[in-house]
Amino acid sequence: MRDDGHTPPLLDEDGRPVLVRLRGLTKHFDVSPPLLSRVLEGKRRRILKAVDGIDLDIPRGRTTALVGESGCGKSTVARMLVTLYTPTDGDLIFEGTEIGRLRDRHALAPVRRRMQMIFQDPFASLNPRWRVGRIIAEPIRAHGLMDDGAAIRRRVAELLEHVGLRATDADRFPHEFSGGQRQRLSIARALASSPHFLVCDEPTSALDVSVQAQILNLLRDLQRELGLTYLVITHDLAVVRFVADTIGVMYLGRLCELAPADALFAAPRHPYTRLLIETVPDLRVPDRDRRPMAGEVPSPLAPPPGCAFHTRCPLATERCMSERPAMIRDAHGTVACHAVEEGRLPDWTPAQRTAP
Amino acid sequence: MTEPLLSVRDLRVQFPTRRGVLTAVDGVSFDIHPGEILGVVGESGAGKSQTGAAIIGLLEPPGRIAGGRIILEGQRIDGLTQEQLRKVRGRKIGAVFQDPLTSLNPLYTVGRQLTETIRTHLDMSERAARARALELLQEVGIPGAADRLDAYPHQFSGGMRQRVVIALALCANPRLIIADEPTTALDVSIQAQITSLLKRLCREHDTAVMLITHDMGVIAETADRVAVLYGGRLAEVGPVDDVVNRPLHPYTEGLMACIPTTHDRPPRLAQIEGSMPSLTAMPDGCAFHPRCPHAHDRCVAERPPLFDHAPSSAACWLWSSEGTRTLERTRA
Amino acid sequence: MTRSATEPTATPMGHVRDALWRAWDSDILYSFLRSPVTIVAAVVALGLIGAAVAAPLISPTNPFALATLDLMAAFTPPVWMEGGSPAYLLGTDDQGRDMLSAILYGMRISLFVGAASVVFAMILGVGLGLLAGYAGGWVDALIMRVADVQLSFPAILIALLIDGVARGILPREVHHDVAIWVIIFAIGVSGWVQYARTVRGSTMVEKNREYVMAAHIMGIHPVVIAVRHVLPNVMGPVLVIATIHLAIAVITEATLSFLGVGLPPTEPSLGTLIRIGNDFLFSGEWWITIFPGVALVLLVLSVNLLGDWLRDALNPKLR
Ligand SMILES: Nc1ncnc2c1ncn2[C@@H]1O[C@H](COP(=O)(O)OP(=O)(O)OP(=O)(O)O)[C@@H](O)[C@H]1O
Ligand SMILES: Nc1ncnc2c1ncn2[C@@H]1O[C@H](COP(=O)(O)OP(=O)(O)OP(=O)(O)O)[C@@H](O)[C@H]1O
Ligand code: SF4
Ligand code: SF4
Ligand SMILES: [Mg+2]
Ligand SMILES: [Mg+2]
Repeated sequence: MRDDGHTPPLLDEDGRPVLVRLRGLTKHFDVSPPLLSRVLEGKRRRILKAVDGIDLDIPRGRTTALVGESGCGKSTVARMLVTLYTPTDGDLIFEGTEIGRLRDRHALAPVRRRMQMIFQDPFASLNPRWRVGRIIAEPIRAHGLMDDGAAIRRRVAELLEHVGLRATDADRFPHEFSGGQRQRLSIARALASSPHFLVCDEPTSALDVSVQAQILNLLRDLQRELGLTYLVITHDLAVVRFVADTIGVMYLGRLCELAPADALFAAPRHPYTRLLIETVPDLRVPDRDRRPMAGEVPSPLAPPPGCAFHTRCPLATERCMSERPAMIRDAHGTVACHAVEEGRLPDWTPAQRTAP
Repeated sequence: MTEPLLSVRDLRVQFPTRRGVLTAVDGVSFDIHPGEILGVVGESGAGKSQTGAAIIGLLEPPGRIAGGRIILEGQRIDGLTQEQLRKVRGRKIGAVFQDPLTSLNPLYTVGRQLTETIRTHLDMSERAARARALELLQEVGIPGAADRLDAYPHQFSGGMRQRVVIALALCANPRLIIADEPTTALDVSIQAQITSLLKRLCREHDTAVMLITHDMGVIAETADRVAVLYGGRLAEVGPVDDVVNRPLHPYTEGLMACIPTTHDRPPRLAQIEGSMPSLTAMPDGCAFHPRCPHAHDRCVAERPPLFDHAPSSAACWLWSSEGTRTLERTRA
Repeated sequence: MTRSATEPTATPMGHVRDALWRAWDSDILYSFLRSPVTIVAAVVALGLIGAAVAAPLISPTNPFALATLDLMAAFTPPVWMEGGSPAYLLGTDDQGRDMLSAILYGMRISLFVGAASVVFAMILGVGLGLLAGYAGGWVDALIMRVADVQLSFPAILIALLIDGVARGILPREVHHDVAIWVIIFAIGVSGWVQYARTVRGSTMVEKNREYVMAAHIMGIHPVVIAVRHVLPNVMGPVLVIATIHLAIAVITEATLSFLGVGLPPTEPSLGTLIRIGNDFLFSGEWWITIFPGVALVLLVLSVNLLGDWLRDALNPKLR
């Protein structure tokens, strides 16, 4: 069933086959004022570096997660991956094909069939005027996978049942479903073209926790059954802990730490990762005397020089303010921090963190 | 035990619609004591915001209070006229909503909005009001407050805006603050700034807070007691530690079990099957019975009242005087 | 839900059924039944429109058949006045034409011109609005600048201008034959901006919705996405504009005809009738101008009321 392309499979440093490889992936948005006010009022061009050079290997059949605060560029990475945005620079290799610079619709078609996206807002991700059956059949028709109406309807029914809905739901309109059911519909549509790769951008952020658990379990079951590869984007660390095998932490358009999930939670190294893990309130181990972390996220229009995190980092030194730390790989993972490189990182002693 | 600051008894909020009358809040009762933070949790549509809106008198028409009593400092405040309510709203109850931008006027400086609000509630000169505005900004922890007084809302970051909204709510030293999802629109690293500010207000000024949120982590770290709503009804209310770790109601049990944590990675999350019924299709009896693993005949036929099992109370037949859980507990 | 899951839904009949079902299920019917003014307006509007459409069947005489005109019967007053005749319920004009028949036929022409210009303006405006909103960039800037410029001229002036140009370049007989199409074009062109602006606004919202992104990821052609996904979701407000525009178009045509630059007297619309009658208003034969005027006011008012109600019913904020 798998079509691995003709090129020899890419392997990551651990020797696992790589489905998607990002190298120096960059997306800049031109948010300059209109030409007229630039000329008349002497305003300058402004470039927003939403994603600024990301290296990442997404191993096949596993879940990679990106976390970070609002505006750090998570969704922009996701949208470049699914060819909604064209990268400004860098390479984006999917199953052996460079797709970042590929713009021809016909050349992209076979790639697009093998990747799909699940969105955050279950109310905006389904066309309100289409019946469910037509919505779910859309990828099948778009990619010309089947042309016999009866076969398409059978496939739709099968997909609906696969995500825990009923075959008869094909006749209903999206507004007749609850948020969680709509997210199931989104998943059914995403599965319709039998993709290898699913990009999930905040798949449960708009859902209630009891429904979130259902969706997360469903995504996990589907991965086991179909051997899917996921890129999950979220700001919820507890969700990441549950779904991810590998976690990338982003800050202002860059990756600051990339590590296996267990290692990251057992011993986070980047000071920003530590801050995140420390500030997330946890139901099981509440810290009722939590002291808020000082500082705010800087504007991505004017990121601080050197290490972008130095304005909030308790370990910042002169060097951090001028020199951008490189990603350094060792046995525990990859991290971009001068303190780690210089060996002056304090041990991880999570305050109040005594497991129940 | 001190007198409660706020007592809500059997509150019902209804919306007349073309498909009949919708009961968005159905017989909810709870107390809030001075200096206490009551967390209100529940799924989307459970009636959290409508409960809050009924207390502040900000129900959107055609919504109306159809029954019950709301007593603030011994005085009934349901059924007050709009004029009387406005006074109560500013002086005794402050409100903080999810999106700080909707509470702030983008055209006026923060200082002007604060002084105007102060002067509508308190008899103060322009000067004194401005001094108080500065004090309030310092109180909510805006760095360099003196220079920030003449800034516009858009010059503040999200977390700072929310702190300005809290400062606005504090203008007349209210006894109670109703905060509806005050941290939902904010980043995790900013969230703690707001919750610790609310906690400090309670500690230092004996202000009571009704904290509405669906984030159980925030509740666990911030609230003293929690009320769990389901389908417009109160499922359980009690001290936060008991509700989280020793829940009485099967819904609360399911809810706590399905929340993922950063501490371990189970192969699967526990899940409650199905979803909360819509208000137009409320089942008879216990609202939770279609999803409840312990549902029995009585649950289908009869709606359970709130049973008291100190320190918590739950609306579930398992906890009636002859309910199985009550018997287990007395035996143990 | 009686239909089985395997029944096709993408057929044309399926669409009609969807639309009917939605109309029935929506709050629109409910709000209609709760507004007596709207019900009266709907009855009046439908009555007038029905009468106009059925004019050849129901009108007592054919006002265009010159042979049947009886000059002797000219200036007969309405039936309830002294000298009135049961043959001419609403009296006759200066040429002995039955007013009731003239009004029915006149309304038919007025409505045809109105509806055709609305359709023309709608196609032009919705198309350009969709293009502007969806393509963005300089295409959008260009279309919207043209719209701005046009908006700064009153619609009637644009219609006069187009009509004047048509008269200037077309030979007299040709113009006579195509006058009705020139008017439709003129009124249509002067009305597209409203549609374009509204559709552009909703398109810009809609195109950033996730279901549109999902379609992009599937590699569906942008034009197909615009037509299949975006268009149906921006048509609600267009309906409201079209209803109100129908009233405006009828009035505009009446005004042009009243000014004598509209339809020729051989094809008299309500406006033409009013103009003709106007000459006799002060000589006592008031009915020649008043009855067409009343018909025009009733038609425009009822359609306008329907439009107002539709706008409120479709706007959830006002409900
Ligand atoms: N189309 C665009 N044009 C201009 N700027 C954009 C565009 N899309 C995103 N940005 C900017 O790029 C930055 C990264 O945005 P992105 O949506 O990727 O963030 P995110 O990490 O997904 O945040 P969130 O958690 O809020 O969704 C933000 O500062 C955003 O304002
Ligand atoms: N104007 C209205 N007309 C009819 N029903 C309404 C109206 N406003 C709210 N409701 C209903 O009241 C119920 C309770 O709503 P409420 O806003 O209190 O929910 P909530 O618990 O705050 O949910 P969320 O977490 O989504 O904010 C909902 O089911 C909603 O459908
Ligand atoms: S590089 Fe410096 S500023 Fe950046 S995270 Fe490391 S120690 Fe902190
Ligand atoms: S009353 Fe019955 S159905 Fe309701 S929660 Fe208790 S056991 Fe379950
Ligand atoms: Mg995002
Ligand atoms: Mg709410």
